[in-house]
Amino acid sequence: MAKENNKMSRALAKRETMAGYAFMLPSLVFFLGFVIYPMVQCVITSFFDSTMNREDIFIGFQNYVDLFHDTVFLGALRNTFIIVVVSVPVVCVFSLWVSSVIYDLKGIWCSIYRIIFYLPVVTGSVAVTVVWKWMFNNYYGIFNYVGKSLGLIQKNINWLGDEKYALGCIILILLTTSVGQPIVLYVAALNNVDQSLVEAAQVDGATRFQCFWRIKWPQIKPTTLYILVITTINSFQCFALIQLLTSGGPNHSTDTIMYYIYYNAFKLYKYGYGNAMGVILAVIIAILSGIQFKAAHSD
Amino acid sequence: MSNRRTKAYKIFSVTVITILAILFAFPLYWIITGSFKTAKAINAPSPQWWPQTFVLDNYQKLFSRQLAPVWEFNIPFLGLKLTGPNAPAAIRWLVNTVFMAVVSMILTCATAAMAGYALAKKRFTGRTLLITLIVCAMALPKQVILIPLLREMSSLNLYNTIWAVILPIVGWPFGVFLIKQFAEGIPSEMMEAARIDGASEWKTFLQIALPMIKPGIGALAIFTFINSWNDYFMQLIMLSSTSNLTISLGIAKLQAENATDFGLIMAGATLAAVPIIIVFLIFQKYFTKGITMGAVKG
Repeated sequence: MAKENNKMSRALAKRETMAGYAFMLPSLVFFLGFVIYPMVQCVITSFFDSTMNREDIFIGFQNYVDLFHDTVFLGALRNTFIIVVVSVPVVCVFSLWVSSVIYDLKGIWCSIYRIIFYLPVVTGSVAVTVVWKWMFNNYYGIFNYVGKSLGLIQKNINWLGDEKYALGCIILILLTTSVGQPIVLYVAALNNVDQSLVEAAQVDGATRFQCFWRIKWPQIKPTTLYILVITTINSFQCFALIQLLTSGGPNHSTDTIMYYIYYNAFKLYKYGYGNAMGVILAVIIAILSGIQFKAAHSD
Repeated sequence: MSNRRTKAYKIFSVTVITILAILFAFPLYWIITGSFKTAKAINAPSPQWWPQTFVLDNYQKLFSRQLAPVWEFNIPFLGLKLTGPNAPAAIRWLVNTVFMAVVSMILTCATAAMAGYALAKKRFTGRTLLITLIVCAMALPKQVILIPLLREMSSLNLYNTIWAVILPIVGWPFGVFLIKQFAEGIPSEMMEAARIDGASEWKTFLQIALPMIKPGIGALAIFTFINSWNDYFMQLIMLSSTSNLTISLGIAKLQAENATDFGLIMAGATLAAVPIIIVFLIFQKYFTKGITMGAVKG
């Protein structure tokens, strides 16, 4: 009897495995072929001197060594860090605040605000970028007009053409396209907070702040972690803005790693060099995600 | 006292958020109104907050540029090429973009529905490894694989075809992960019952699993549609000839060629943004669900 059972469960397990892989197959073809294979290729090619129409030449760690002597790359690394360090906390705090205000608005209003803050994401990076380019324009831009009529600036500023302002302008645009998703996530998380706990605390005379910090915050912490990770990844990937607005200029003041990868690979055709940068970027993101994950689970 | 302060805070914060919301909506407003302004109004030193005269000049200019066949279809191996009548290039870009987004959406949903179901409900060797691989791949920036992807597409002779954009979108594992989250809610008893009734694996999937993960598929469909519509970087690298551009690339090209003709550029931007915003507004409930479900245990 036991033997028979064993035999049957083994047949069942076999059927499960077969079925599992059969269902996985179409997806796996695409996933392995167009995600995993290029990832492996990226790592391998980073050890080669690789360009168009020529056999790759193995050069060991030379690409990586060159990178750390490349002042433009180091500048791009610094700019990328500035973007991440400024935008990630601002996005998290801003979206948490907006969500905490709109999530208990009555009826349709919460949806309306949520949609409006999501609009810049849906509009698409190119359409958003070209309109900001117009708004920042030296002669026809609305920023100079408003600044002058409010008396904030004396004469026209070439926002995107001036080293002092260009990176700040990029970060501002990036912020408007980054808060949409976190707000949606936070509103959903706040709606899931156990309302009976909140009410109990209010009966006990907890202040608004205590209520938030002691009851809501622990429950929305996993969402915060997720938002931290995706915002970090998004900020690292900031590309369309830079390619369309400044091309990394003026004087490399808005170069980011992503743009510099693009520039090396698709303008200079230095594939190996670009891939080495891609590997470094992936490692940095992996480390940062790991740290955020550890920090969130430490207490 | 405390109640009054709470109320004051609420009024204050709602006011601030309303102002911010207006600022967030402003670029879109500026794109659409800008596309109807005269060249004179656009180049005036003080902006017209509302166009004094509405003109279609910018759209006429946009549509009178290059012509391209409105659609083309290559039949592989037979060397046959079917082409549609000539139309303005901008229309062709829109056709390309819709085709790309729809095909990406269908393929992603079909493959992800099956794979997500298998990962959630089947116990097979290598399952944990696959899940780990998927989560790690999702955490990495997808742009770092673009260089190898470009070379792979050229060796497959797919460079500068819309398929070079579609295939990597389908491969991106977010969809599998999302459906897996939904499929975990299918009660195992129901599948057990189907098995005892002698239903085949395929039948169990179609008749029991599929109806239960439908909301997930809806969310994934709209999510894939919008994201592929806006995936500029991939399109930029994979597509080059005028008749193969997407609408995003088309505007970028307009912008590169006519840097200060903002009216024309805004007409292009309107053409790119308005259809996708309408789609978003119609399906935003599903979309929101997709975003939040993807985050659970993310």
